[in-house]
Amino acid sequence: MLEVKELACARGEQKLFSDLNFRLAGGELLQVQGENGRGKTTLLRTLCGFIQPLEGEIQWQGKSINELDEDYFANIVYLGHLNAIKDDLSALENLRVSSALSGSTISDSAAIAVLRRMGLRGRETFPVKLLSQGLRRRAALARLLINKAPLWILDEPLTALDVSAVGLMQEMIGEHLRNNGIVIFTTHQPLEVSGAVLRRLTLS
Amino acid sequence: MNKLSLMGLFGLVIRRDLMLAMRRRADVLTTLIFFVIVVSLFPLAVGSEMDMLRKMAPGVVWVAALLASMLSLGRMFSADYLDGTLEQMLLVPQSLSILVLGKIAAHWMLSGLPLVLVAPVLGLQFDMSGQALLILVLSLLLGTPVLSMIGAFGAALTLGLRGGGVLVSLLVLPLCIPVLIFGTGAVIAVTSGVSPASNLSLLGAFLLMSLLFAPWVSAQALRISME
Repeated sequence: MLEVKELACARGEQKLFSDLNFRLAGGELLQVQGENGRGKTTLLRTLCGFIQPLEGEIQWQGKSINELDEDYFANIVYLGHLNAIKDDLSALENLRVSSALSGSTISDSAAIAVLRRMGLRGRETFPVKLLSQGLRRRAALARLLINKAPLWILDEPLTALDVSAVGLMQEMIGEHLRNNGIVIFTTHQPLEVSGAVLRRLTLS
Repeated sequence: MNKLSLMGLFGLVIRRDLMLAMRRRADVLTTLIFFVIVVSLFPLAVGSEMDMLRKMAPGVVWVAALLASMLSLGRMFSADYLDGTLEQMLLVPQSLSILVLGKIAAHWMLSGLPLVLVAPVLGLQFDMSGQALLILVLSLLLGTPVLSMIGAFGAALTLGLRGGGVLVSLLVLPLCIPVLIFGTGAVIAVTSGVSPASNLSLLGAFLLMSLLFAPWVSAQALRISME
């Protein structure tokens, strides 16, 4: 369970938001909304522990994330604006590396199955630099499927994705929520997950 | 799925960085070629007076090794920073320090070890004796990992800054002076008939000290730079 108490964040001199409170339990979906420059990405990066908040506290299972430190990182998957995949490696190698970095090794067959589900059939061993933007994003999203972490923090996950990939993404989020996971995301595109209540947080 | 141990993480990061380097061999070769050229310029410029060459050899090789290792520092974290993989690395649940240690080890294998291996060949240009060459290699073997570790700290601090390449040299070069002094000192000692043991022991002490502190300090510096 994630709990945010009286959170305030700033970038440089500018205060972005303050007095932010929310609590998310397993199976809940939160969309962070707001105009450009309102601090959506800053909020998500703060929740990942990259940025120290100005005031307030973030708690995971009742303990401050500063206290949990590296134990907290085992519970989150973060997908940022950047795909975090290496151009010189293939999608398969990228997936194996990111799986290992998240704390567990994965067999080739399992990794290939995940990449095929993401629509990369036949391109698993191509260097990623030969793939289109949309396929690269799909290769990056494959990370969500191999990770067992309960908290997904997704910053604009739908960028560069086509209609079928958006559908797949909705399906993946739905599955994750049914497995008692938590998803926090930002998007400027409509994203509808069947069977889940969408909570909205607007930064203004 | 199997849990990955700390050693597993260390090995994985090294394998990953070596694999990436093998896909871009030119980057690795530039450091080595720079080192070879700088060292070879001296005999050409100074002339073929054997006595003088023998005297200046350790200093020239060590300074060139120091400059060559500066050349590759910019690449240690910046590529991973630009494509977002560094962010993912900061979220590693085992230990960021071990991960950074793996990156330092890979960096040394790609930029320090080749210098150590090619140094005896370059030493011949300066008419160095066999014993002096041996000590030169030994001192570089102990000293270049320290340069990589101090460099990692500088590279982590200057990550994402404009002109970071120059800044990291200004930051790191002064910190490398002790390594330079004891590295050349060992070779000078052996050529003047004294035991190089004290200089080499000090280099070894630097190596242990930096092994203990550099990964942790660099990991903290990375967290600060990524804010």
